[in-house]
Formats: sequence, structure tokens, C-alpha cells
Amino acid sequence: MTIAIIGAGPAGIEAASVLAKQYQVILFEREERPLCNIRDKAFLFPDFSSADELADKLESKLSHENITLKTATPVVSMQRTGEQWTLTTADGTTATFDAVLLATGYKVFDAHQKEELGYGIYKGVITSLEMEKMIKENNIRNNMNEIPKQIVFLQCVGSRDEKSGNHYCSKVCCVTAVKQAIEIKKQHPETDVYIFYMDLRMWGQGFEEMYREAQEKYGVSFVRGRISEAASTFDNRVQIKAEDTLMGNPMTMNSDLLVLMVGMCASEGTATLSKCAGIDGLYRFAQSLSPHTEDNLTAQPNLFLAGSCKRPMCIEDTIQDARAAALEIM
Amino acid sequence: MADFGFKIKQTRSFNLSQADLRKADRLLEEVPSYRLCIGCGGCTATCSARQFTDFDIRKVHNTFRRGQYDKLADELRKCMLCGKCTLVCPRGVNLRSLIINMRQLLTPSNETF
Ligand code: SF4
Ligand code: SF4
Ligand code: SF4
Repeated sequence: MTIAIIGAGPAGIEAASVLAKQYQVILFEREERPLCNIRDKAFLFPDFSSADELADKLESKLSHENITLKTATPVVSMQRTGEQWTLTTADGTTATFDAVLLATGYKVFDAHQKEELGYGIYKGVITSLEMEKMIKENNIRNNMNEIPKQIVFLQCVGSRDEKSGNHYCSKVCCVTAVKQAIEIKKQHPETDVYIFYMDLRMWGQGFEEMYREAQEKYGVSFVRGRISEAASTFDNRVQIKAEDTLMGNPMTMNSDLLVLMVGMCASEGTATLSKCAGIDGLYRFAQSLSPHTEDNLTAQPNLFLAGSCKRPMCIEDTIQDARAAALEIM
Repeated sequence: MADFGFKIKQTRSFNLSQADLRKADRLLEEVPSYRLCIGCGGCTATCSARQFTDFDIRKVHNTFRRGQYDKLADELRKCMLCGKCTLVCPRGVNLRSLIINMRQLLTPSNETF
């Protein structure tokens, strides 16, 4: 049996390492190197372990005689003939497989779409991805290259938002904001950090404890209200408008940085290939057969799913889901 | 007998089981999208009228929803019906229509209830 896995993120690699015990696996990756999304991160919730260490650990699983990794090789379409699948890559090459695992993952929401929040217009407005990079490089700065006095986070940008067309919750951004707030406070205790939220969803093990720690140990402030407008101040900072709904009072505030917690959307690969294979679901994600016992199966024979190509998913769940998918294929 | 003054002020708490929710229910029928409100205050944050007055549209509609209509008619006069709130609401509530309906339900000549 020949198996193709599309996407060399945590899902694709974990599944490949399980399947390689018995089968030949070819792993297609569109980027130059695997695990880009993890390598963009500094530390991981909830244990603040290093993202690069996890990436290295996962990457080392690729050195197996039964695994062939093809980087910079995007799969652009797939066709079923009987029980087999033929994949076409960007250079026009085709290859046929007995089973295909879609592990094409997510991309972050494009914050330009929320024009009222000023991303791409005001320099002080950045995304959580850019904040993560600053934390990783130990270089948290405002746009005048100074250590910020205030940093404001806004939750649910492009998630839970009728106007972006995404009703769903992206699941990881609440805890990511708390994680980043703690990291900022570790690097710059004197910086004031505010998190504006609609609901704080601390669903995972250790998340609520991180929230408590952010309050108790690091003095992060939580404001219950949605920021609906941002503007520039004369001194190049950002003015935000919200309502402190717990006070029942409208408010404004100036901040060096406004960090938009961008949600998880279907990646281009996820959207294109699931449509091509006829398994496209809500919000351009791929659709599994059922959420409980057939979550790695699809309506198509020998086409399987793992990870955040199905819906927003954290890394831990993605890795476990990939193992489950590998078992289904075996 | 000593007067401890307990009777001077009315209690601030309201009794939801005694509230007259007929107008609130009618509002939800007329503007079904309002069922989706999560009280995030996005509408208040962007409101044009709040710049110049102490108007808080989120507080007004949430208070209406609980059947506490006193003084709301006066409050709602501060709204200019500019519709900015409708543009930012993450739950897609049709706020402009909501405001017009609240005003109508609070008009003294409205004999509905
Ligand atoms: S995880 Fe939090 S920030 Fe992200 S969409 Fe859900 S509620 Fe919003
Ligand atoms: S913005 Fe929408 S969801 Fe938020 S309080 Fe106003 S009406 Fe409710
Ligand atoms: S329509 Fe009324 S409540 Fe809405 S933003 Fe304009 S003034 Fe404020």
C-alpha cells in the first residue's frame, strides 16, 4: 500500500511516523521546510515549553527509511479513480496512491478585512503572529522602537464575528493572548498589559491556571468589552474605543500597541483540496464523516483527515488526532 | 422608635419574576437578530451619540430586555440613528431597527400593552 500525506505540520509528521512502521509514506509540503507554523512560535501553552524544541523533536521523526519528504511541492489537485487517488503537484507531476491523508492545516485570519481596527493603516496595530515574533526575538517594541508602556490585546478578531462570516470560535486565541501577556510581563514587568475580551475560553488543562497566574503574579488587566474602533493619536500611538461592560461605561484608551488575536481559518490547501475531493465543509474547512467515531474518515473512500484542516485545533489535539488518523488508515 | 432610614431608598435590585416582559418579548419578535446579543458593548464603543452624552446603547437595550423600561424613552432620544453600531456588532444584531422598535414600543400612545 502506498500512502500520501499532504502537509508536513504536526499532524502530517506524527501520522507519517506511525504509518512508517508498516508502510511507505510520501509527505508533500508546500513550504521550503516542514513545521513552519510551530517554528513561528516562541513558547507553547500551557507549559511554556519551547516551540523550536517540539519542532525539532517532530522533525527528527522524519528520518525514517519509509518516509520520503518532498518540500516546496504543493499538491494542487486530486482525483479519485476507483479506490485510488491521483495527486497533481504544482510542477504538473502526478502520482497515484492507495490512501491519502489530508493534513493541510490552517492559516490565520487576514486582519486587513477588519478595517475599523486599523491593521495595515496604523503602525501600532499588529497581529498576534507579529507579537509572537517579537517575543521570540526578545524584541518587543512600539513603532518608535521603544519598549511599549502599554499593550492592548483584542480577542476574537475574525472569529465569532458575523461581519467576517466566521461564526465559530478559534479555540486557541484566548489562551494564546494570556500566554503572550505573561511573556511580555516576563520581559518587561513595567509594561501595562490589557486584554479586551467578550468571553474568556479557558477550556484546556492548565489554561485556567494560566489565567489566574496572569492576574495574580503578573498583574495583567482584563476588560470585558469588545473594541470596535482604533485610530491613530498625534504621537503615533493607537487610540481604542470600547465599553467596559462591567462598569457599564464607554471608554477610550491610548496604547503603544494594539494586538489583534487573529483566528484560525482554512488554509488555501485545505480549502482547494477538500473542494476538489468533494469533502468541503463549513467555512472552507474539510468535512469528516461524523464528529464522534468517524472524525478521521470522509465521505470519500481512502481519503482521511487529521488536524486543523477540519476546524481550529491546538497542537496537542492535532498530534493525537494524527495518531488516530494513522490507525484508521492501517 | 428609632428610624434607621431603611425605607428612604428603594432597593436597587429588580425582581425579574415580576418584570413585565411583554414589550421585551415583542422586541425580540420584531428584531429576531437581537436574540444573538452577547452584551459585548461593541455598539456602545463605536456609538456617535456617546461622544457627546452619557448615552450607552448596550446598557439601554440590555435594560429593555429585562423589562426595566423607566427612563429608557428619554435615553433613546439621544440616538441619531446613524447606524454605526449596526456595522460593528459581531453578532449581526440589526441595532438600528432595534432602536426604532424600542422607541415605538415606548411611545405613550402605543396601546399594544
Ligand atoms: S478562543 Fe477566545 S479569542 Fe479565540 S475566538 Fe474563541 S473566544 Fe475568541
Ligand atoms: S455589539 Fe451587538 S452583541 Fe455586542 S452588545 Fe451591541 S448588540 Fe449586543
Ligand atoms: S445608531 Fe444610535 S446607537 Fe447606533 S451608533 Fe448611531 S447614535 Fe449610537
